[in-house]
Amino acid sequence: MATHETMMKILVTVKEVATVEDEFDIDGTAIADQYLGADLNEWDDYAIEEAVQLQEDGVADEVVTVTIGPEDCEQTIRQALAKGADRAIRVWDDSLEGVDLLDVGAKTDILRAVVEEEDPDLVLSGVQSGDDSFGATGVSLAADLGLQWGAVVNDLEHDFEDGTASVRRELEGGVEELTNIELPAVLTIQTGINEPRYASLRGIRQAQRKELDVQSLADLGVDEGVVEGDLTLTGMFEPETESDVTVFEGGADNTAGQLADLLREKGVAP
Amino acid sequence: MSDILAVADHRRGELRDVSYEIITAGRELADQTGGELHLVIISGTVDEFAEKANRDGVDVIHTVDHGEEFNHDVYTQAISQLYDECGPQFVLAPNSVNGLDYAPAVANELDLPIVTDTVGLESDGETLVANREMYGGKVETTVEVDSGPAVATIRSAEWPTAEGTGDASIEAFDADIDEDAVGSSVNGFEEVGGGDVDISEADVLVSVGRGIEEEENLDIIRDLADALDATLSSSRPIVDNGWLPKNRQVGQSGKVVTPDVYIAIGISGAVQHVAGMKGSDTIVAINTDENAPIMDIADYAIYDDLFDVVPALTEEFQ
Repeated sequence: MATHETMMKILVTVKEVATVEDEFDIDGTAIADQYLGADLNEWDDYAIEEAVQLQEDGVADEVVTVTIGPEDCEQTIRQALAKGADRAIRVWDDSLEGVDLLDVGAKTDILRAVVEEEDPDLVLSGVQSGDDSFGATGVSLAADLGLQWGAVVNDLEHDFEDGTASVRRELEGGVEELTNIELPAVLTIQTGINEPRYASLRGIRQAQRKELDVQSLADLGVDEGVVEGDLTLTGMFEPETESDVTVFEGGADNTAGQLADLLREKGVAP
Repeated sequence: MSDILAVADHRRGELRDVSYEIITAGRELADQTGGELHLVIISGTVDEFAEKANRDGVDVIHTVDHGEEFNHDVYTQAISQLYDECGPQFVLAPNSVNGLDYAPAVANELDLPIVTDTVGLESDGETLVANREMYGGKVETTVEVDSGPAVATIRSAEWPTAEGTGDASIEAFDADIDEDAVGSSVNGFEEVGGGDVDISEADVLVSVGRGIEEEENLDIIRDLADALDATLSSSRPIVDNGWLPKNRQVGQSGKVVTPDVYIAIGISGAVQHVAGMKGSDTIVAINTDENAPIMDIADYAIYDDLFDVVPALTEEFQ
């Protein structure tokens, strides 16, 4: 049972990330199109799930998603709606076309305008995105808005006593930090905090009817100059491998036999 | 405006290794910008930390004696004030969980660009050029930051630790911390991943990753571990899915292991995983993807379907 007095509104930042096939070619400073796919950012999937669970627990009464992305990513946004988010905002602009690296400052400027308009009690973002992996936008956004924040949260209590979020931050080496954070706040959500659901068929049908509001930078009152940002991608290459691996060749029985010989040699299960 | 300001990382009374690595990274950069390397140590037993961090290459160590443990508001305020006082060209922070909890806020507060998780840094004195990975390590990129001051975070274990005793001057910095602006508090720490098994004690680890696809498929891995009298461990996704408990997780946020033999099955070898097992004596990888990063550190590999190889290997020992 929720012990807070008013219901919370939650904004979840959702990104469609580019995925890359195992074999690929680099074309200039980008991966050639034919090797790219698209998916809901893994970390955001957990953030959506946490928000939907807060709603199911009667703590939140509205879950809104916000995405910076072109029309192509609406299928990914609908996934979030199908999992239980109430409505979605998609920010896109001609000035964002062809920008190969939207930096933390630019994302902060754009998302700030949405947070100001929506005025949520809690913003959940993924710890990082699977493609550019800056891992900085959530904290930058909070600092910019004067909100509180917590990075790399892998547990969130759902009672929010005294307007405070009780979280665990996942530090390195199997240590968790127990932290209280005043609301309103931005939490960056780590994988493993929950078990993201699959969208039900009913959810998928309902998602088609949910509001997906498209806003340009002008609509949000954001100067289009922000998209240029401070970072320029000037090179992309495959990391040098220092591999001197010995490869066992042949069919599975053959390779398993060779590996078994090696393991016996190393004293494993002689 | 040619100095480097680097931030040390500590937790529960210990300086973390990345604090010594950031000295190396900062010294290299300061040599390129022609400036001094300043290191700041915030909270905890700062004088003791300053002694330890006084290694070759550091010119000035600033101590901010405020509180015991990490608090991002204290760090953000202290670093911003020190920045205004020293006027460095670049600020370096560790790309640790705590680094990512304050560095973006520092950049925002100071209105500076930020580039995170860098694995290489270069500068002509004005412009910062960083190397960083994208797409989970599949590619490395070069990123140029607009001319002028910037904040960068450095990936752990990319630079060697600084050694040798230094002769830095140690100066207490009297930061004016606004306690009203501190909106979060730490109540404690908890070690996770205790329990029945300590994977860091095992001589042989059979470790499973995302390639196993389904929870019920774990049985073939268990069978192999039993046949080899080995201990079962995993990469992060298996624990995230709840298929194995946290005490089985190898990697940055799990356990660091150094067994005689580490058999990585269906594990691609993300940097966070590799950080936890690269010290193993012999590393064997079973994976269909010849380009998986795990192959960079594997000693032996089978490029084949784990569902074919693993049962065949188990049979060899039955």
